[in-house]
Amino acid sequence: MDSFFEIKNFSCGYPGKFTLKSISFKIEKGDFVGIIGPNGSGKTTLFKGISNELPAISGESKLNSNSIQKMSLKQKAQNIAIVTQHIEVGSMTVEEYILMGRIPYRKQFQFFETKRDIAIAKKYMDLTGVTPLKDKYMNALSGGEQQLAGIARALTQDPQLLLLDEPTSHLDITHQVEILNLIRRLSKELGLTVLMIIHDLNLAGEYCDSLIMMQNGGIRKKGSPTEVLNYRDIEAVYNTVVVTRTNPISNKPVVFLVSEEVIRKS
Amino acid sequence: MQKKYIKWIFFLSALVILLLISVIVSLSTGEVKISLSQLPEVFLNKNGIEYTVLSKIRIPRLLLAISVGGGLSLSGAVLQGIYRNPLVEPYTLGISGGAALGVAIAVVLGIQVMGYIILPIFGFTGAMITLLLVYFLSVKKAGLSINSMLLIGVMVSFVASSAMMFLMSIATPDNLQSIVFWVMGSLDESNMLLINIALYSSLAGLMLTYFFAQTLNALRLGEVKAKHLGINTKVSVKMLFFIASLLTGIAVSVVGVIGFVGLVIPHLMRLIIGNDYRILIGSSYIGGSIFLVLSDTIARTIISPNELPIGVITGLTGGLVFIIVLSRSKSHFKLN
Repeated sequence: MDSFFEIKNFSCGYPGKFTLKSISFKIEKGDFVGIIGPNGSGKTTLFKGISNELPAISGESKLNSNSIQKMSLKQKAQNIAIVTQHIEVGSMTVEEYILMGRIPYRKQFQFFETKRDIAIAKKYMDLTGVTPLKDKYMNALSGGEQQLAGIARALTQDPQLLLLDEPTSHLDITHQVEILNLIRRLSKELGLTVLMIIHDLNLAGEYCDSLIMMQNGGIRKKGSPTEVLNYRDIEAVYNTVVVTRTNPISNKPVVFLVSEEVIRKS
Repeated sequence: MQKKYIKWIFFLSALVILLLISVIVSLSTGEVKISLSQLPEVFLNKNGIEYTVLSKIRIPRLLLAISVGGGLSLSGAVLQGIYRNPLVEPYTLGISGGAALGVAIAVVLGIQVMGYIILPIFGFTGAMITLLLVYFLSVKKAGLSINSMLLIGVMVSFVASSAMMFLMSIATPDNLQSIVFWVMGSLDESNMLLINIALYSSLAGLMLTYFFAQTLNALRLGEVKAKHLGINTKVSVKMLFFIASLLTGIAVSVVGVIGFVGLVIPHLMRLIIGNDYRILIGSSYIGGSIFLVLSDTIARTIISPNELPIGVITGLTGGLVFIIVLSRSKSHFKLN
């Protein structure tokens, strides 16, 4: 039996500059997987490879036993939704923006949204809590609200796989927790499979079912947060001294940074 | 949601009514005054000086104004969608200049293979080449700012107009006059074949653009995100460029360079009805038609019996709007 989402000996990138080293991993349906690693380790390149924005150099990626490379743009958009870090839309209302998620389902000359499109958009606006904002303009929203609208738009695509690129960067802890709780709920209640790039190791450890740690375009380690977030691997990958402990309530690993001054003293 | 569609229908109907009013105003004003109540009678009797004035002068002009105004305005709206920038239009991108250059080349070389048809073909080719040039200089070089892109358009315009000057200096007096005509822009064209070409191609452009309404909407999110939504951006952007060049090239080859229609009208429509291309395409077209019909009426009556080049009217209003847009706060600067 094939896994729900599988990448085998996959490589893509910018030949001559940066390419991924033959990457393989599997994700089961409903898993919430975090991708961590320093800047330039290939996280975003991997995302572009999965969404086929960058063509595969070798290997393949499969969703539900179907090759993603062989899907049409439309099929891909019906199966994989991506929320990028920055959502750059100006004068468009939140509702208009979220309804764009239905574009992959539009027929060739279909001009208006169907009742179903509107119902689905409404459902996910309610779920993400952006319904009160629906008539506001996207550029009038705060960063956290924009991310929520971005997630609602992605959900409106009814995807099998949701890709999130640093959804919590630039947000305060209230919004970080709000968004990650929401994603966790989506993966558990709707059975949505989520792959998320995240810089904050503590949030990664607290929320994700498993983690993939990348280094120099390859996978350094993958497994449960407790397996991946150990000081040896973190120090090797990030070149930074860290201390790891366990969160007394959630029993998830926590990573502490130590200042240079203190290290010298001890 | 349903409310939105009702609003659109009302808006479109209002524009159509406005167009009808401006058509009547345009038909009745001029040296020979024909009042509204006289119009049906003149059309029924089909004789007399009034009928000749209408059928030989005013109606051809009117058809040309409608098709060229609509076409240029729509071309502007499409280009703004591709570039995600409210300040691009055929004129500011140098496309009109390129089309005029193409026409000038045809005139100077004395190419008359297929009679008048050759001019629209050269105009279209000139527009297409300029558009490709600007596209490769701006879009392919990622990260180019709005200002540098407009600058490239202005430079392309300058190069095209310098080349035109060169052609004018080597042209025979007869040819020179034809070229000057294109530079100034005028709706004074009596060849019904050219007028029909302009009319049908701009209507075809309007229909073709409607097939891409959703694509243009998705492009408001940017090319990469439109692709994430399953839009084949490569093919559709090429098609949209083709449509924009067709609309501009043919308009310019028949009436010459008329600037700023593609800037003022779509901008106004965006302010009134929003940025959804499903309504923007149609309203930009009708709005452009109204604008040019009225501008032409003013141009031919304000210093009567002489005629003001229509470019003066559109340039004055358009240039002013351009300055106002540029000096407004940055939040209004984005259209996407």
